[in-house]
Amino acid sequence: MNPAAGSNQPAVTYLNHETTVASWLLTRDHKRIGVMFLVGVIFALLLGGIFAMALRIELLTPGPTVMGPMTYNRMFTLHGVTMVWLFMIPAIPSAFGNFVLPIMLGAKDVAFPRLNLASFYIYLAGSMLTVFGMLWSGADTGWTFYTPYSTVSPTTVTPILLGVFIIGFSTIITGLNFITTVHTLRAPGMHWTRIPLFVWTIYGTSVIQVVATPVLGMVLLLVTAERVLGMGIFDPSRGGDPVLFQHMFWFYSHPAVYIMVLPAMGVITEVVCAYSRKNIFGYKMVAASTFGIAFVGFFTWGHHMFVSGQSTFGSGIFGVLSMLVAIFTAIKIFNWVATLYGGSIDLKVPLLYVLGFIFLLMFGGMTGVAVATTSLDVHWHDTYFVVAHFHYIMVGAVLMAFLAGLHYWWPKMFGKLYPERWSFLAAMTIIFGFIVTFLPQFLLGNMGMPRRYYEYPREMQWLHVLSTAGASLLAFGFGLIAIYLLWSLRYGEEAPMNAWGSRGYEWYSGSPPVPHNFTEAPRFEREVHDYTVVEGPRVY
Amino acid sequence: MSTESSPWEEHFGSRENQSVAAQLGMWIFLGSEVLLFTNLFVGYAVYRYYYPEVFVEASKHLKAEWAMVQTLLLVTSSLFVVLAVHYIRQGRQLLTVLVLVLAIGMGLGFLGIKGWEYWEHWKEGALPGEYYRLEELPERGGSLFFTLYFLLTGLHAIHMLVALGLLGWLVWGALSGKYTAEYHIPVEVGGLYWHLVDIFWLFIFPLLYLVE
Repeated sequence: MNPAAGSNQPAVTYLNHETTVASWLLTRDHKRIGVMFLVGVIFALLLGGIFAMALRIELLTPGPTVMGPMTYNRMFTLHGVTMVWLFMIPAIPSAFGNFVLPIMLGAKDVAFPRLNLASFYIYLAGSMLTVFGMLWSGADTGWTFYTPYSTVSPTTVTPILLGVFIIGFSTIITGLNFITTVHTLRAPGMHWTRIPLFVWTIYGTSVIQVVATPVLGMVLLLVTAERVLGMGIFDPSRGGDPVLFQHMFWFYSHPAVYIMVLPAMGVITEVVCAYSRKNIFGYKMVAASTFGIAFVGFFTWGHHMFVSGQSTFGSGIFGVLSMLVAIFTAIKIFNWVATLYGGSIDLKVPLLYVLGFIFLLMFGGMTGVAVATTSLDVHWHDTYFVVAHFHYIMVGAVLMAFLAGLHYWWPKMFGKLYPERWSFLAAMTIIFGFIVTFLPQFLLGNMGMPRRYYEYPREMQWLHVLSTAGASLLAFGFGLIAIYLLWSLRYGEEAPMNAWGSRGYEWYSGSPPVPHNFTEAPRFEREVHDYTVVEGPRVY
Repeated sequence: MSTESSPWEEHFGSRENQSVAAQLGMWIFLGSEVLLFTNLFVGYAVYRYYYPEVFVEASKHLKAEWAMVQTLLLVTSSLFVVLAVHYIRQGRQLLTVLVLVLAIGMGLGFLGIKGWEYWEHWKEGALPGEYYRLEELPERGGSLFFTLYFLLTGLHAIHMLVALGLLGWLVWGALSGKYTAEYHIPVEVGGLYWHLVDIFWLFIFPLLYLVE
């Protein structure tokens, strides 16, 4: 990298134009809010990761290892709650979406900057209430809060329910803000067919967030009301139906998987284009498949309930609808591969994560088709097979894309380069560690190891030991990333304006960007990631 | 960043665009509010299907005549909110304030009747879940009806309180001359919210009070 190129960074950036603490806490700048969200979700990842390690250490031996059964129940609940609601749902939309979406559209900010700041504080308040509940005594219901147990559990479920309910508002506001921004704040030349695919996925995600989150909010309130006021709406002794809870819960929580995965797919698309020096193979198909997934995702919730006494016909329909998701996902995968094919590939670290992502998504997706098959699911239901499946698809996708995005946009956000070799080592560790952690769990599930169990037969131990070894590798990889990224903030080489020679629109602004993103209004004259036209770096 | 004194925000590019954005944002929010209530409507449908007779009997313990009065109050208040938008577009601030105050008065009347109705239910023991003491009706089904009744009307009442606060804030803004024929986005958007609360009631009223 040419060090002299660093000198063309803007002198006044969003980072240094105001530096007081109050200027950060009261900012309405979407970039600063994005950075604050980034810090928040990384803390959540750390917390959820600590819980995960505790679980894996406990499962090293068949009997008690380091904690009692009740502590174990709390640990897996808190691991799930933290990872799903505090990390995976806000991670990419709220952190990266906030940072790059307006820049990609050529806007000065999101449509409602004040609401945007409120969204961050609502997230913070909800997270703090949730963590408070965890520290008080923690819940033992599992992150799904299934009734009737969650209404009678003696642990502190209520603050956690309310915390998640509050975080839901943050999600809704962020989604609302992004939809409005895409509709009203596109710069001249930014037609609908030029919108970067990352923005399209965030848009699709926002639609799900706005539509599905209130349903979750209400069902959490109902459980709270049942706990606090004895409302009895899911209580069989008063004529209520606990399965109704599952319908309402999964009506949100299945689409929530796509709230996590779609933005991840958006990041992957940007990164694939940038490092293969080609525009995406089928822009319209990739954009349309986003909405295919978002739409079909609303009609698949029943596949969580194959063994709940639902009719066979109903299960069949839900199974077939669930498999449709694979078709739309395959459209994306084929397009990424077709884009890489014949591209001028530069295997930088973000692209390495893309390869990890594609592998995990394929594997997770195909096991998804398998568990959507009713007959197979009856065998695998509530076993480690399902645990492994959703870790591959949700966690694998979100983590890989999160890390890809973090590395890809790191120079954009902070104007610093990360050390290439260390990051390569960390990426290999993480991808390998992830596979070693969760591949044995497919085998465990197939052998009949139920999820959430504290003990297991001795024959299964070697697979658990393998899984824990993988988890330790993952933890090591994350530690490495934390160290070199923090190091690069202070000592890292100054990044040039466009560190990767990318043609993504977000590189039109400075790195790091100036306070209102652009010094003059940008003009969008070519397709995004069009590498066929010759042009020098354009910075507005 | 826009300055505090001007209601026009620079990042929207144009005033028209700001208005479009505000309305779109509000409509999306209203859409999500509809889905918030949907859970309760689904719950109502499911339990009505489980306990059809009990639900019909239970609804006879509600005060349908008074709910009719509430409906009239609410619909009329919506008319006044429409008038408020109409007047502020012409820049007639005092008339706007007047009709908004009338709408607020009707909203308060609505909540007053609701409170009195709750009090009557309390005396009768027609309460949700474990507080249910109504002996004419079986607890299975009966307590669910009143659970759903209190949840639906209670959630509606909370929305009314928020909406009343919103109208009060609009009155204050109109009085202090913030809204003009040029700039009246908050009145339009606030009015939309009031209509949403109104429309929810138009679903809740027949479902709980009238259907047999």
